[in-house]
Amino acid sequence: MDTDTIAAISTPIGEGAISIVRMSGPDSIEIASKVFKGKNLKEAASHTIHYGKLIHPETKETVEEVMVTVMKSPKTFTREDIVEINCHGGFVSVNRVLELILENGARLAEPGEFTKRAFLNGRIDLSQAEAVIDLIRAKTDRAMNMALKQMDGRLSRLIQSLRQKLLETLAHVEVNIDYPEYDDVEEMTLEVMKTKTNQVHEEIEQLLQTARQGKILREGIGTAIIGRPNVGKSSLLNALAHENKAIVTDIPGTTRDVIEEYVNVRGVPLRLIDTAGIRETEDIVEKIGVERSRKVLKEADLVLLVLNYGDEWTEEDENLFKAVEGMDVIVIVNKTDLPRKINMDQVKERSKQYSLVTTSLIQEKGIDELEQAIADLFFEGDLDAGDLTYVSNVRHIQLLKEAKQSLGDAISGIEAGMPIDVVQIDVTRAWEILGEIVGDTVSDSLIDQLFSQFCLGK
Amino acid sequence: MYDAGQYDVIVIGAGHAGCEAGLAAARMGAKTLMLTLNLDLVAFMPCNPSIGGPAKGVVVREIDALGGEMGKNIDKTHIQMRMLNTSKGPAVRALRAQADKVLYQQEMKKTLENQENLTLRQGMVDRLIVEDGVCKGVITETKAAYYAQSVVITTGTFMRGKVLIGDIEYESGPNNQRPSVKLSEHLEELGFELIRFKTGTPPRVNSHTIDYSKTEIQPGDDEPRAFSYETTEFITDQIPCWLTYTGEFTHKIIDENLHRSSMYSGMVKGTGPRYCPSIEDKVVRFHDKPRHQIFLEPEGRNTDEVYVQGLSTSMPEDIQKRLLETIPGLEKAELMRAGYAIEYDAIVPTQLWPTLETKKIKGLYTAGQINGTSGYEEAAGQGIMAGINAAAKALDKEPVILDRSQAYIGVLIDDLVTKGTNEPYRLLTSRAEYRLLLRHDNADLRLTDIGYQIGLISEERYRIFQEKKQLIEEEKKRLDKVIIKPTEKVQTMLKDAGGASLKEAVRANDFLKRPEITYEMLKTLTPPEQQLPADVEEQVEIQVKYEGYIKKSLQQVERMKKMEDKKIPSDLDYDAIQGLATEAKEKLKKVRPLSVGQASRISGVNPSDISILLVYLEQGKIARVSSS
Repeated sequence: MDTDTIAAISTPIGEGAISIVRMSGPDSIEIASKVFKGKNLKEAASHTIHYGKLIHPETKETVEEVMVTVMKSPKTFTREDIVEINCHGGFVSVNRVLELILENGARLAEPGEFTKRAFLNGRIDLSQAEAVIDLIRAKTDRAMNMALKQMDGRLSRLIQSLRQKLLETLAHVEVNIDYPEYDDVEEMTLEVMKTKTNQVHEEIEQLLQTARQGKILREGIGTAIIGRPNVGKSSLLNALAHENKAIVTDIPGTTRDVIEEYVNVRGVPLRLIDTAGIRETEDIVEKIGVERSRKVLKEADLVLLVLNYGDEWTEEDENLFKAVEGMDVIVIVNKTDLPRKINMDQVKERSKQYSLVTTSLIQEKGIDELEQAIADLFFEGDLDAGDLTYVSNVRHIQLLKEAKQSLGDAISGIEAGMPIDVVQIDVTRAWEILGEIVGDTVSDSLIDQLFSQFCLGK
Repeated sequence: MYDAGQYDVIVIGAGHAGCEAGLAAARMGAKTLMLTLNLDLVAFMPCNPSIGGPAKGVVVREIDALGGEMGKNIDKTHIQMRMLNTSKGPAVRALRAQADKVLYQQEMKKTLENQENLTLRQGMVDRLIVEDGVCKGVITETKAAYYAQSVVITTGTFMRGKVLIGDIEYESGPNNQRPSVKLSEHLEELGFELIRFKTGTPPRVNSHTIDYSKTEIQPGDDEPRAFSYETTEFITDQIPCWLTYTGEFTHKIIDENLHRSSMYSGMVKGTGPRYCPSIEDKVVRFHDKPRHQIFLEPEGRNTDEVYVQGLSTSMPEDIQKRLLETIPGLEKAELMRAGYAIEYDAIVPTQLWPTLETKKIKGLYTAGQINGTSGYEEAAGQGIMAGINAAAKALDKEPVILDRSQAYIGVLIDDLVTKGTNEPYRLLTSRAEYRLLLRHDNADLRLTDIGYQIGLISEERYRIFQEKKQLIEEEKKRLDKVIIKPTEKVQTMLKDAGGASLKEAVRANDFLKRPEITYEMLKTLTPPEQQLPADVEEQVEIQVKYEGYIKKSLQQVERMKKMEDKKIPSDLDYDAIQGLATEAKEKLKKVRPLSVGQASRISGVNPSDISILLVYLEQGKIARVSSS
């Protein structure tokens, strides 16, 4: 019955070396072709697998290195065209692939929707009917509960207030239309409408920005460990990784030629950047020094700057401090097991806007303090991501994007000189989409607003 | 009791719903009887003397496109007509006419009398003849038994009507007519669920005693207007309305005497409409508002009665007189009729199928205010559909159901039978999700085919309609081919209109999409082979200019259609479906939607319930209620 194309991650997230994003529907192959560089999937035989890369159609950026399976209707699980994209495991890759697919025409599947389609298309036997119903019921209810729980109270309030703003504007326009002779309020003009629409558009844009930062939370806070050779970067890495069971994600040859490791420090997800670089260069003679650090710093949300307690302050240290100016930094003075050569007053003076921790990683001293410093930084809100109304749910992000799109359409309509009641179609749509996020789809609220906001008679 | 004869269709009531129902049935070839309490009050307007307005005006055009009478009748009998919302887009433009109430009645009565197959008779229906859940006819208070294949009830506000003025109350229909008490009781006996609604009307004053110099004039449009697509003769001598305001003293009197209003003293039990509040409601709810508009509307050409629009009230008569004295222009106005509140029985409309046939009794239809609506246009829109379907049943034809993307009438009926209503229901443009498609200018394009198929549109009219359609398509095609080059003439035109200059040649239809360009202007650059009629030009302009938005709406309609096309058997046993939430089950059992689309619009039915319903429907594993 449905003719749209759905997509979802069909493997458990964060586990396993490979994750799969599955698409089902008439546009599956079309959508995959749009982003896939490799064999022409439209000409691929059914039930074949193809190696290639996913390229963002606008930025031309390589998103992932993947294996794509094409399965054509009707001999598939749902009896529709199915495309399965095998990508690297871990949060980042698979989410990025899903987002790319959603941006290019697929809709995020409802819970249990693949099974539902399989059922509706007659793929599953009649005797399984009740099991499917239970599945739909259970999954929908659970997903609804989860979505509600997941939703930050602040987010919900924010969306409600955006909706209210739109609703008041809509009610105003409706009053002008349905009660043209009503003189209590001046006519809603395109300029006013544009201002209001722009406001909400911007707020959604900000929310989506935080969504990107929310993604930091989902994907981990990009953390760079920098310092001169032999200050103990590798030990720090190992200490964090060992304590916290790192998940290693290997992404060779894709966007970044780096290895990332995930650690969870007291509830704060850290994505450690360029751990391979650290490990490799620590043992051999490191030549790149600050240059390499600069590259890593570009991606970092948090910097762990390591100094050597048993060595003197150098110009290179000074350069590192300059390189991290304005960032969130924790300064670690390591190797307290060695005789002190560094001038701690100088260190304190230079680190006064940062947290400062002393450690002896070899003796496993100071690790607790370091972890506490990271947690404090995050939870006390020094780190940006700690104090945000953030959107992390893919469905919410998708809906916010759609709402923003509708408001964008409305603004273009206004600029093109369309009449207000025509422009309003897009504004109403945005209002409805925002309602889907907070689970409010009562269509009569506009009329209620109309009558409570205005005194109507004729 | 005596046998008074056999008909195909009987219509009870001759108000705005009844007239359309009776005419539609008779014109479709059904032998039709209309029974009304008072033959002098056919198509009577008990409230404001006007027809049309936003959404409502579109309904009048829809009725006309289906072959109904309201548009033609008001075209012949109005005292002024105005196009509203002209500064806005085409989707919300609407006509409104001030009616000559008496002429409107006379003209409609004449039409009924001259209609073939139609018998008009005075009589009060007390009971229905119901056998085995099928309606077979009606019995009047004079013991006449009329038999029919189908019966349409359009009793308006007459069922157990009660008029309230201050602390006075008496059983009455509108304007002191006899109420219909027994029929209401009988419907309850038959098991129908009734609700009590309330509406009201303002006082009327004598025109000679109004000081118009203190008011603002509200004339009709200079341009000739008409609701009906067939109207060719236009009324030119129009009569203006007048605008004045309540003030501080009006509100003070209301505040001081609120306890004497029937509505605030607790006498009124029925639920009133929010969109048409009484003046006491307005003052109480919007206390900081210093003034409210009052429109003075003449009730006709041959009367001095003036309707005081905006002063609807259930205050006692002495207070009504004092209120009038506080209003500029009405200080010395002579009260001719006092305003009043009226309570009445309506049936809960979710008891109806989308054909307006009751679920409980086959062959019985209800239309108009009895279904919980208010407004002449809403009544007439239901009336024509009930008439069509009652006749279709009697003549063994297919019923007609308009959907939400086809007509405001479709929105109205779907809302009523799917969601019900807890206040008198009025159409608003915001109730329609596809407002851009449901324009007043394209009602003929939307509905004439249907009107023709059921036999309400004449061959001649249909031929003219098809010609119009063809001209529109041809002109659109032409504009898609013509190229507008950035000549000096074009650039000057753009400059004069305040638009940006043209950089390169464009197709004429893209040129027309510019906001500053009208078809009128485009025509001077590329005139069609022959001068096109104004309504064709209008269509071309709207369809080209708003093409993008119209397409978007159509795509939405496509998506909705898929759900509408999934039919649900009317006798589905929801109790046998596992997994439906309890609330959803109860609602579904009550509404018994005919399509998945309709089911999804019922409040309390969630997406997961719809999924489960779909699973059952797709598998054909459907439990049906036994017909007992």
